[in-house]
Amino acid sequence: MSTKIVVTGIGATTPLGGDARSTWNALLAGESGISTLEQAWVAQYEIPVTFAGQAKVPAAEILTPQEVKRLDPSSQFALIAAREAWADAGTPAVEPERLAVEFATGIGGVWTLLDAFDTLKERGPRRVLPMTVPMLMPNGPAAAIGMDIAARGGVRTSVSACASSTEAIANALNRLLSGEVDVVVAGGCEAAIHPLPIAAFASMHALSRRNEDPAKASRPYDVNRDGFVMGEGGGAIVLETEAHAKARGAKIYAELVGGAVTSDAYHITAPDPEGSGAARAVVAALKQANAQPEDVAHINAHATSTPVGDIAEYTALKRVFGDHLGNIAVSATKASTGHLLGGAGAIESIFTILALHERTAPPTINLDEQDPEIPLDVVTSPRKLPDGPILAISTSFGFGGHNAVIAFRSYQG
Amino acid sequence: MALSQNEVLAGLAEIVNDETGIATEAVQLEKSFTDDLDIDSISMMTIVVNAEDKFGVKIPDEEVKNLITVADAVNFITNAQ
Repeated sequence: MSTKIVVTGIGATTPLGGDARSTWNALLAGESGISTLEQAWVAQYEIPVTFAGQAKVPAAEILTPQEVKRLDPSSQFALIAAREAWADAGTPAVEPERLAVEFATGIGGVWTLLDAFDTLKERGPRRVLPMTVPMLMPNGPAAAIGMDIAARGGVRTSVSACASSTEAIANALNRLLSGEVDVVVAGGCEAAIHPLPIAAFASMHALSRRNEDPAKASRPYDVNRDGFVMGEGGGAIVLETEAHAKARGAKIYAELVGGAVTSDAYHITAPDPEGSGAARAVVAALKQANAQPEDVAHINAHATSTPVGDIAEYTALKRVFGDHLGNIAVSATKASTGHLLGGAGAIESIFTILALHERTAPPTINLDEQDPEIPLDVVTSPRKLPDGPILAISTSFGFGGHNAVIAFRSYQG
Repeated sequence: MALSQNEVLAGLAEIVNDETGIATEAVQLEKSFTDDLDIDSISMMTIVVNAEDKFGVKIPDEEVKNLITVADAVNFITNAQ
């Protein structure tokens, strides 16, 4: 009997809510977390995109003033999500040496880095705070979580742009299967709603320009989609071996059965239009799951709402699933949350887990006119998923040609 | 107009509280920054930089290692004003 890896805790802070449950409820209710940015810098720097998905509950309302001062916003989101997941899992008693963290970010402490550079220019090197380096380093969020829960079995950070946190969860699966650790806190975060990243993404025409109607801007698969919408926040899940979970009587949401990464080596930002790298990742995840494409009932798609990306993903899925693709309920939840970059896969893994746990696929808002080139069965209002054992996958792709796919199975106790 | 020792102590306690969360009342003259208040070197440097700003003094890096107790810092700042 092979080792099973199960999900026993979830936590998140997102543009839809300050925790996993309120985020999920807002998602099911068809809400949008996207709004106009009121910050002075939008006008000051004439930022061409004036909206984003800001965290619904500011981190400063949850953390202590000292934590806010000593952690980059990305680490603040990480800590909030991880603490919720850890508490949700029942604060597992585990040997520190057998507890690990796999926590991702796409960009890292960009606020800290750029604020510190402003300080250097305006006030000189002595005023650059000594906490600057640990705050800006991309492993800062993972390290903050590791300190908080006393994880001594290894604390790692995957950095693969928008595939980062799905890759982190895939890595967590393999660490658990290796037998080296019993419990892993996995996920990812991002806090990049800062004028520079927005200007840079806008400069490459990756962002929607629907300034006049932010809540309608993120519209995956719609004919009038015009780019993604930046979001911020974080998501964390607690993964452990089934034996460890059962021994302590933990509740189990779902089973993590597959995780795979591949790379395109095609173009630094454009997806391979043939979708072969993405397709290989799906196939590899299903192979690890010991599953067939026909077992998949639900996909939480990457679907960022860019004209090219959504089609490339469809092409990849079609390669793998063929005619069965029409039977799969597809949700593109970035329509509600925006794109959390290195945190996207983490919150979408939670949506996938809850979809299995509650047998409900969440809706994709803003799909007014579906692109005829993407004939997926898109879920537009909460939809019941079939009974019995089913699989769901979550896909993430990142600049650099990164493809990451994870597969969950409904848990039968 | 230079601040009195008590005024410097009160201002320093606010800086310590802001950086570490330690209650201002706990920042007393005889307390050691490391042994009593458990302030690490990174926090200490932040406190020093903020104290320079607040009191308009310069605290050279080589002087920081001599600031063992709160009294050491208060006296240094009071004299440096």
